[in-house]
Amino acid sequence: MADDLLIPIAADVDVVTARQRGRDLAAEAGFSSGDQTVIAAAISEIARNILMYAKRGEVALSLVTNGDRQGVVIVARDQGPGIRDVSRALEDGYSTSGGLGLGLPGARRLMDDFDVSSSVGKGTTVTMKKWRRMNA
Amino acid sequence: MEVPILKQGHYLIASIQSALTDADLSQLREALIERVGRFRARGVIVDVTALDVMDSFAVRTLRDIAHMARLRGSETVIVGIQPEVAFAMVQLGLTLKGVSTALDLEEGLAFLDRQMQLRIERGSGRIERG
Ligand SMILES: Nc1ncnc2c1ncn2[C@@H]1O[C@H](COP(=O)(O)OP(=O)(O)O)[C@@H](O)[C@H]1O
Ligand SMILES: [Mg+2]
Repeated sequence: MADDLLIPIAADVDVVTARQRGRDLAAEAGFSSGDQTVIAAAISEIARNILMYAKRGEVALSLVTNGDRQGVVIVARDQGPGIRDVSRALEDGYSTSGGLGLGLPGARRLMDDFDVSSSVGKGTTVTMKKWRRMNA
Repeated sequence: MEVPILKQGHYLIASIQSALTDADLSQLREALIERVGRFRARGVIVDVTALDVMDSFAVRTLRDIAHMARLRGSETVIVGIQPEVAFAMVQLGLTLKGVSTALDLEEGLAFLDRQMQLRIERGSGRIERG
């Protein structure tokens, strides 16, 4: 998509930038401020995972329309170590870094659509969407 | 962005002014713990009113601050968590278990004053009994 926003993630300031851009995009698209916060929190978790586990990667933000719904789409990609067992990584409290283990499962709860595809040694892509019904 | 820490009586007040990076949060933790000792602070208030997001790293750092300060004899209150931030925290599964919170700075100060009063009462009670 031509109007994709691409935010490279390589330092902790990039995590802040990514979640702020996500909030701005959601605001422009007419999402409530509650939803903006939810989207920003999910981006923060997923972008931090890139930094922590893959060192670098990127977050792409875009808007889509589907019938009478509009969505914010967040795609977080890295070419890091990948996740061996995605279903375990999605369990509350599972962490290989001594973290809280709430980033992936928490972001999944915050967003409407959530998908993780990962292959060991190749990298990880997290795709998540939040929808809003547009007024006719 | 460094978080200003004010000393007010026996209390330290850290007022977060803008979005913080992970490094900023860690820096705040170190600065507060050091100052609890240097100023012999009895209470710490962290004002997060300006934070528009609290993710797992932020929550974990706040919990660490409160627990470390308690080990140094100081009580911590987190004040100003915005309603939308609270909503997202609950969805993420983030809790501030074992950490005191108050609606705003004023309530936070009142809470600490009550805690100090309790400490004094307990202290004098011990003397009477002894
Ligand atoms: N981008 C990633 N690359 C590799 N592993 C990841 C990535 N994101 C998450 N993981 C794995 O999934 C686990 C769970 O992630 P998360 O729920 O964010 O919890 P935490 O980061 O606190 O460990 C991590 O401990 C890590 O093993
Ligand atoms: Mg994480």
